[in-house]
Amino acid sequence: MSITEYFNLLFTDYTLRTITLGTAVLGAICGMLGSFAVLRKQSLLGDAISHAALPGIAIAFLITGAKDSNILLLGALVSGLIGTFWIRGMISKTHLKSDTALGLILSLFFGFGMLLLTYIQKQPNANQAGLDKYLFGQAATLIESDVLLMVIVTGIALGVVLLFWKEFKLLLFDIDYTKTLGFNTKFIDILITFFIVLAIVIGLQTVGVVLMSAMLLAPAAAARQWTNSLAVMVFLAAIIGAFSGVFGTAISATQNNLSTGPVIVLVASFFVVISFIFSPARGLLFKQIRLIKNRRDLKLKKTLQFMYGIAQTHENIEHPHTVRILNNFQGFTQKSLRKMEDNEWILLNKQKWSLTSKGFAEAQNLFNQVAQHD
Amino acid sequence: MSQKIAIQVDDLTVAYNYKPVLWDIDLVIPEGVLMAIVGPNGAGKSTLIKAVLGIIDPIAGSVSIYGKPYEKQRKLVAYVPQKGSVDWDFPTTALDVVMMGTYGSLGWIKRPGKKEKKASLEALEKVGMLSFKSRQISQLSGGQQQRIFLARALVQNASIYFMDEPFQGVDASTEIAIINILKELRKAGKTVVVVHHDLQTVPEYFDWVTFLNVKKIATGPVKDIFNDDNLTKTYGINYKVAVNK
Repeated sequence: MSITEYFNLLFTDYTLRTITLGTAVLGAICGMLGSFAVLRKQSLLGDAISHAALPGIAIAFLITGAKDSNILLLGALVSGLIGTFWIRGMISKTHLKSDTALGLILSLFFGFGMLLLTYIQKQPNANQAGLDKYLFGQAATLIESDVLLMVIVTGIALGVVLLFWKEFKLLLFDIDYTKTLGFNTKFIDILITFFIVLAIVIGLQTVGVVLMSAMLLAPAAAARQWTNSLAVMVFLAAIIGAFSGVFGTAISATQNNLSTGPVIVLVASFFVVISFIFSPARGLLFKQIRLIKNRRDLKLKKTLQFMYGIAQTHENIEHPHTVRILNNFQGFTQKSLRKMEDNEWILLNKQKWSLTSKGFAEAQNLFNQVAQHD
Repeated sequence: MSQKIAIQVDDLTVAYNYKPVLWDIDLVIPEGVLMAIVGPNGAGKSTLIKAVLGIIDPIAGSVSIYGKPYEKQRKLVAYVPQKGSVDWDFPTTALDVVMMGTYGSLGWIKRPGKKEKKASLEALEKVGMLSFKSRQISQLSGGQQQRIFLARALVQNASIYFMDEPFQGVDASTEIAIINILKELRKAGKTVVVVHHDLQTVPEYFDWVTFLNVKKIATGPVKDIFNDDNLTKTYGINYKVAVNK
C-alpha cells in the first residue's frame, strides 16, 4: 500500500480511520499539555509518570482478570498519580533534587510493573497475552470506544486550559509572584499535573510506557522554535503532535505494519530536528547566516571607518584617494570596495576612491548606532 | 509617632533544615518610608521578604498590614522578585509580563481587558520601556528586565512595595531611573521596602533602614541609626575602617 492509497482508504476503511483519528487526537493533547511540561522544566516528569503507570495496569488486570482497556487505564491513572505525588513529596520533604526523585520513582515503579507482568505471564490463564503491548504500544488495537475516550479527555483538557489560561501562564512564568497575587498555586499546579498524567495514560495503549514522554516533549520542543508567544506555541505543538500521529500511522500502515508508536515518535522527532535547524529566529541555520552576514558587514564598516579617517584630513571629504593607500589596512578586497560602492558609500574611479556624503554620514554615525543598539 | 503603621512583623522565625535563617524578628515599619534591608550574604534578607509575603512558610510569627492579617490585605502589597528568579526565555512579551500585575485584582478566570492594558502601557511608560512593549523578554537587557518587573509591580497600584535587590546588575542610568520611581512612590505616600546591597548609597537613597543578620540588629531612621556601631554589629567588622585601609 502506498501513502496515497492509504489516504484514500482513510475515507472508506473503518479501522484505519479509527486508528488515525486516535493518534491524531493523542498527538494534539500531548502537544498541548507537553508545552506546559517543557516550560516548567518538568520534561522528565512525563517519563517518570508513564513508567509509574505500568504497575497500575498489571494490578488492574490481576484484580479484574479482564483486559478491558478502560479498566486497565484507570489502574494506570491511579498508579501514575501515586508516582507523581511521591515525586512531589520527595522533592518537598527531603533534600533530594528533582532529577533524583524522578529517576528513583521511574525505576522503582517500572521495576515493580515488570515484575508483575512476568508474574502474570506465568499464570495459567489464556487471557494474559497482550498486556505487554503497553510497553511499546500497539495502535492497531485501538477501537472506537478508546478513541471516544481520547476525544472526551482532550475536549475537557482544552476547556480547562482555556478557562485557566491566565493562571497557567502566570504560574509557568513566576510561581512566587503568583502566590503573592493571592492565587492558590498548589491547586493550579495539581490541575496542570493531573491533566499531564491523564494525557500520558490515554496514550499508553498507542505509544507505550517507554516512548510516551517523547510524545509530550517533541511537539513542544519543535513548536518553541517557531514562536515567542505562549498561545501560538501551545497551538503549534498540538498541530505538530496531531500531524506526527497521522503521518506516523500512515507510514507504519504502509510499510509492512511497522510498530506505530515508535514511528509516531520518530516523525515527531523529525519535526524537532527540522525546527532546530530551520526556524528563522532560533534555528541553527539562520543563526549561522546572520553571524556571517554581521561579520561581513562589520568588515565593510571597518574599511569605511579607515577611509573616514583619511577623508577627515581633507577639507573636501569627496577628495579622491588611491586605492593603494588602503594597503596598510588589510580589511578590503576588490569585492568589498564594489559592495561599498553599491551602498553608495564611496565612488570608484579607476584606482581611486572617494567618500560620498552618505558614506561620510554613515561612518560618523557608526558608533552612535552601536551605542543606541545596546 | 504620629505616622500610621504600614507593616508589623511579630516573632517571625524561619528555618531551613533545622538551621534558623531568621530568628524572632519583630519589625514595625511606618507608612510612607523608603526602607533598605541591609546585611551580609546569608543574613536572610530575601527570606524575610518571602516570609512576609507568604512565599516561604515561617515556623512561627505573624505579619499584619495596616492592622489586619496579610492574607486579607494582599491587594495592598506588590512584590518585585529578583530578576534571576524567572526564566527570561519564556515565550512572552514585555507588555504581557507587565499585564500579569493586573491578574491579582482580576481574580480567577477573568481575562484582562482594555482597562488593564491601558494601565500596563502607562506603567511601561513610567519605567521608560514603552517602545519595548512588543519585545520578546529574552531580548531585553538586564536593566530592561528589571524595569519590566518594576512596571509589573507598579500596575498593581499597591500601597506597599517589596523589592528584592532591584539594583542588582543594572547600569547607572537604570539605577537612577529606578530610585527616582521609588522616591516618587514615597512622595505619593506609599511604603517601599528594598533588599539592598550597596551600603554607600543607603543614606542617599533611603530614609529608613533595617540591619539584619539572622536576628534583627536595628531598625529606624537612617539619620539616627546608620552608624559604625550598627554596621559593625551586622557585618562583624568595622566597616568603614576596613574599606578605607
